[in-house]
Amino acid sequence: MTSAAPVVRLAGVHLRYGRTAALDGVTVDVPAGCMVGLIGPDGVGKSSLLALVAGARAVQQGQVEALGGDMGSKRHRDLVCPRIAYMPQGLGKNLYPTLSVEENLQFFARLFGHGTAERRRRIDALTRSTGLFPFLDRPSGKLSGGMKQKLGLCCALIHDPDLLILDEPTTGVDPLARVQFWDLIGRIRRSRPGMSVIVATAYMDEAQRFDWLVAMDDGRVLATGTPQELMAHAGAATLEAAFIALLPEEKRRGHAAVEIPPLEDSGGADIAIEARGLTMRFGDFVAVDHVDFRIRRGEIFGFLGSNGCGKSTTMKMLTGLLAATEGDAWLFGKPVDPKDMATRRRVGYMSQAFSLYGELSVRQNLVLHARLFHVPEPEVPARVDEMVRRFGLADVLDTLPESLPLGMRQRLSLAVAMVHKPELLILDEPTSGVDPIARDNFWRLMIELARRDKVTIFISTHFMNEAARCDRMSMMHAGRVLDSDTPAALIARRGKATLEDAFIDYLIEADGAGGVVAEERTAPAENRVTPHTKPTRGRRFHQSLGRIYSYVWRESLELQRDPVRATMALVGSLLLMFVMGFGISMDVENLRFAVLDRDQTPLSRNYALNLAGSRYFSERPPLADYAELDRRMRSGELSLALEIPPGFARDVARGGAVQIGAWIDGAMPQRAETVSGYVQGMHQLWLLEQVRERGGRMRLGAAAIETRYRYNPDVKSLPAMVPAVIPLLLLMLPAMLTALAVVREKELGSIINLYVTPITRIEFLLGKQAPYVALAMLNFLLMCLLAVIVFDVPVTGSFPTLLAGAFLFSLSATGMGLLASTVTRSQIAAMFLAMLGTLLPAIQFAGLINPVSSLEGGGRLLGEIYPASHMFMISRGVFSKALGFADLHSAFWPLLIAVPVILGAAVLLLKKQEA
Amino acid sequence: MRHHLMNIYRLGIKELWSLRRDPMMIFLIVWTFTAAIYMAATTMPETLHNAPIAIVDEDASALSARIASAFYPPRFTQPARLILNEVDPGLDAGRYTFVLDIPPNFQRDVLAGRSPRIQLNVDATRMSQAFSGNAYVQQIVMGEVNEFVQRYRGSTVPPVDLALRARFNPALEQSWFGGLMEVVNNVTMLSIILTGAALIREREHGTVEHLLVMPVTPTEIMFAKVWACGLVVLVAATLSLNLVIRGALHVPIEGSVLLFLAGTALHLFATTSMGIFMATLARSMPQFGLLLMLTLMPLQILSGSLTPRESMPELVQNLMLLAPTTHYTELSQAILYRGAGLDLVWKPFAYLLVIGAVLFSLSLARFRKAIGQMA
Repeated sequence: MTSAAPVVRLAGVHLRYGRTAALDGVTVDVPAGCMVGLIGPDGVGKSSLLALVAGARAVQQGQVEALGGDMGSKRHRDLVCPRIAYMPQGLGKNLYPTLSVEENLQFFARLFGHGTAERRRRIDALTRSTGLFPFLDRPSGKLSGGMKQKLGLCCALIHDPDLLILDEPTTGVDPLARVQFWDLIGRIRRSRPGMSVIVATAYMDEAQRFDWLVAMDDGRVLATGTPQELMAHAGAATLEAAFIALLPEEKRRGHAAVEIPPLEDSGGADIAIEARGLTMRFGDFVAVDHVDFRIRRGEIFGFLGSNGCGKSTTMKMLTGLLAATEGDAWLFGKPVDPKDMATRRRVGYMSQAFSLYGELSVRQNLVLHARLFHVPEPEVPARVDEMVRRFGLADVLDTLPESLPLGMRQRLSLAVAMVHKPELLILDEPTSGVDPIARDNFWRLMIELARRDKVTIFISTHFMNEAARCDRMSMMHAGRVLDSDTPAALIARRGKATLEDAFIDYLIEADGAGGVVAEERTAPAENRVTPHTKPTRGRRFHQSLGRIYSYVWRESLELQRDPVRATMALVGSLLLMFVMGFGISMDVENLRFAVLDRDQTPLSRNYALNLAGSRYFSERPPLADYAELDRRMRSGELSLALEIPPGFARDVARGGAVQIGAWIDGAMPQRAETVSGYVQGMHQLWLLEQVRERGGRMRLGAAAIETRYRYNPDVKSLPAMVPAVIPLLLLMLPAMLTALAVVREKELGSIINLYVTPITRIEFLLGKQAPYVALAMLNFLLMCLLAVIVFDVPVTGSFPTLLAGAFLFSLSATGMGLLASTVTRSQIAAMFLAMLGTLLPAIQFAGLINPVSSLEGGGRLLGEIYPASHMFMISRGVFSKALGFADLHSAFWPLLIAVPVILGAAVLLLKKQEA
Repeated sequence: MRHHLMNIYRLGIKELWSLRRDPMMIFLIVWTFTAAIYMAATTMPETLHNAPIAIVDEDASALSARIASAFYPPRFTQPARLILNEVDPGLDAGRYTFVLDIPPNFQRDVLAGRSPRIQLNVDATRMSQAFSGNAYVQQIVMGEVNEFVQRYRGSTVPPVDLALRARFNPALEQSWFGGLMEVVNNVTMLSIILTGAALIREREHGTVEHLLVMPVTPTEIMFAKVWACGLVVLVAATLSLNLVIRGALHVPIEGSVLLFLAGTALHLFATTSMGIFMATLARSMPQFGLLLMLTLMPLQILSGSLTPRESMPELVQNLMLLAPTTHYTELSQAILYRGAGLDLVWKPFAYLLVIGAVLFSLSLARFRKAIGQMA
């Protein structure tokens, strides 16, 4: 701690998110080469501070220095980035849940440019020392919380950093795993003494063991110093008490230590909850393994255990949310039955996540719950008032819960769970994320409920001091209850000083020797790649390709494991092509018509036959009268009705004026126009036939027009549609999928790897783009196959020309997706933008329906430069017009220019830091 | 029973409240039933607008000049003058949809009664323009020629006259069709999105779990969503029909609006169930969005609301009988355009009832199974 230069220095740092200030003038020097803790409850700015130091977030105001340089400067960030490792908050936030442990590690190792052998050696060494080695094949999403954190640590350590930044690495992890985690860090530090570690934590007991602490509240530094200094300064015995003492006066007001009146023994025979052999399996995974316990009425019963140990699952089985695979449970002496509405009314439940209706006001939430629990209608207002008074919600009655502070929301959740006066409350980690004062207040409310109202409380927690407050408790680990008793008895049974030590003792016993990490040589320090030597240009290029490849490889793996996106990517365009090919057809065939024949002569029948004989019309049973005509036209059965007047044959023979009536169904105007054209055509043909048969002579017109339908002589829809649909689908879907691929990372948090690893923006984008270009090309080939085989649309021109065009086009299509992703934050928005941004101009301005040459002004300009215009030309040229490269080369240049322009814009708009 | 109904009612009211506080959804509803309808009705692609035309005048006579000057905007562009060997490149590059070739000595041959031929080249890869434009070009050219020859317009009366009348939409106005079919399509789209999003929102916020520990059953939860979302869409469609279609667009509605709304309600029963089903398949909003694209497009495009069903392949037609949209489109067209009564459209009603019942029970079964995993 005596080392000269501080590893991190902050001076006057301010950081705002919109209107809220996350950091409000932080000035602190962090000593190098030691273990530094950042303490304080959630939301005080710890994570923001660490993100600034790691370079993941852009500096807004003030000076941030790390490893001897300004983190505001891009040059310095690029230089020190390989020396800093950052593990963000949240279990496995920067990991990829569908990738296995091995694949995650491989990905990070590749990003830092290690060779194959080096990667193997490092991965093996790290996973052996963390006990992850046997789980290399397991998807990281299926690891327990402690294992996820270890994997996160392995990923962070894969490149031998000089500064390790850990943001709440142990929150929600069981104490044994925590102990192991800190042991691991300790060993690593011993082997690399120069490394500095900065850790944010919410556990005060943990912080007690650090070398140096920074206590924070409300974006400000309260105090710094060694734990002993802080406690001495506040005159408190524990760090938690010291922290509370350090808080400003108005926050501390009214705070006193929680006191628990003893439980009056009411005889003990009255059991609220009983579980025997309760088991829950998901596939082969045993979430809860033969759990037994009994909770007496009026008792506060605690479940202590890490995240994912089966606490929530057990509670869900008791509430009937999940049906137990095996075993039995009783509530108030009755077996748990999800269909039993009467028992549900006696239970109140508050789940882990805050789960009230954010769109309903506080009052509406209370009223809705009261009514759904069938509180008699006249009593509802009084009941709501009572809850409001008791839980101190009067000031916020008409606000939306989302705008309330966390502690207040927790009280509201409790009020909602209590509104129907249940005899039993099941609370699943109700206090996670709340600061110590709010937590104590919450406990006071609970104690009052238990002691005064005799409500039985079943609560789960991962905080030791909360478990210690319970009347009795169970320790849970890996689906099993290790032991149940009063906290004092449990401590005594193990002969330990604290509940935590007792719990660890139980855990070690439960896991047996196999679970304990073998002490072995850690340091993956030998032969380390020295990142400080200046790489040659060739080597740099090689490394860059390696990083691109590592993103391509990872993206492909992830896509394979996401069924919905993979389906969309593979068959989406084929499905849509089918639909469009069959649906958007302008051909009208088999039009149903019927005749009201009042003449009934061979000639009148001949007229009808003339129509029925063509492929455009199919005849239905004849009509008897106008009423039938009306009815059958109204029902939509007939698109055309003909009336042949009486005396038709006679009048034709005489050459008198004869009129055939034709009614067309005008409901669908486009079809009606086609029908009208057909009928007129057939009529003329019939006339000609008649004239010829009678030996008459046709009078020639003054001139004739000979129409040549070029490229599509039969004027069929499909040969015209298909060459236009293929580019359209080649544009829309790849753009959307690429946009999703980037924005997904933003939503899930793994975008952080772009911010803190050496990958550059262009490498990141190219790596993201490449798999989708490959997919687009695959789809393109499939669509061409579909066109030729199913739709019978031949390729008349040069296919290689089309292929080359499609390749350039899919580069710009995916590029547009990347562009859309840089300006959106949510996946839904990215989808919308990519779809609108590609489809609209392609349909309106790119010559799909009307050629670009018939546009004017801005639309014309857009049409001229939009890549889709040129792709339509290439596609139509090759499919229908029998053209080759020589005829179409002028359409290639704009495509060629568009690719770097679009990609360049995406690179410029993409941020390498969070703003 | 009373408890069940009260729960369904209250949960439904809660849905309505949630919707009221969701500005994006409100915007979507308002947009799809006002501006989207208006735009669909008024901007139906005019088949012929600025159609690019070129003329090869090998005659250079008074008549050929007369023909050339008969083409002008907005239907056609000012005709470009080409020489013969510019025709193919021009068509190949897609610069012109029509190229008219007036042969040498055309005027002389016309006056001599030799009925010469003009060649009209049409780029048939541009379907709609080629198709309708061809008739216009022929009409214009023949009109000019006849007038030139006979000094009057018109044609002789054929011996047998065909009196063509369009029923239900005498002037064949595109906007009547476009507007109403947009309503029909948006009813389907919005009902699926609203119910699906309502369920996914509950799942993402963890409130499903909350509901399940209360004395309410999954059936009640699902019924509540179905009625609340269905009602919103039904009201929006009614307003849109009266204010936008009749009010702003002046489209007459032939049949009984009440009957149409009854059909819509039946259809909504089927589509809201579908929304629930899809929301149980998707794990998040983005997945739901992708799923929606894959299902909504076929449902709408192949239902007959865009192009006539008769022109689709037999197999597609039969498959689409399973989709509620097909029957809904059929009954809407029959009622709204042709004024059909229940006696004529009972069949699509019956189909919808059966499809709705099947979809609802499937969704309910799936919902019951999936809801445990959601919590």
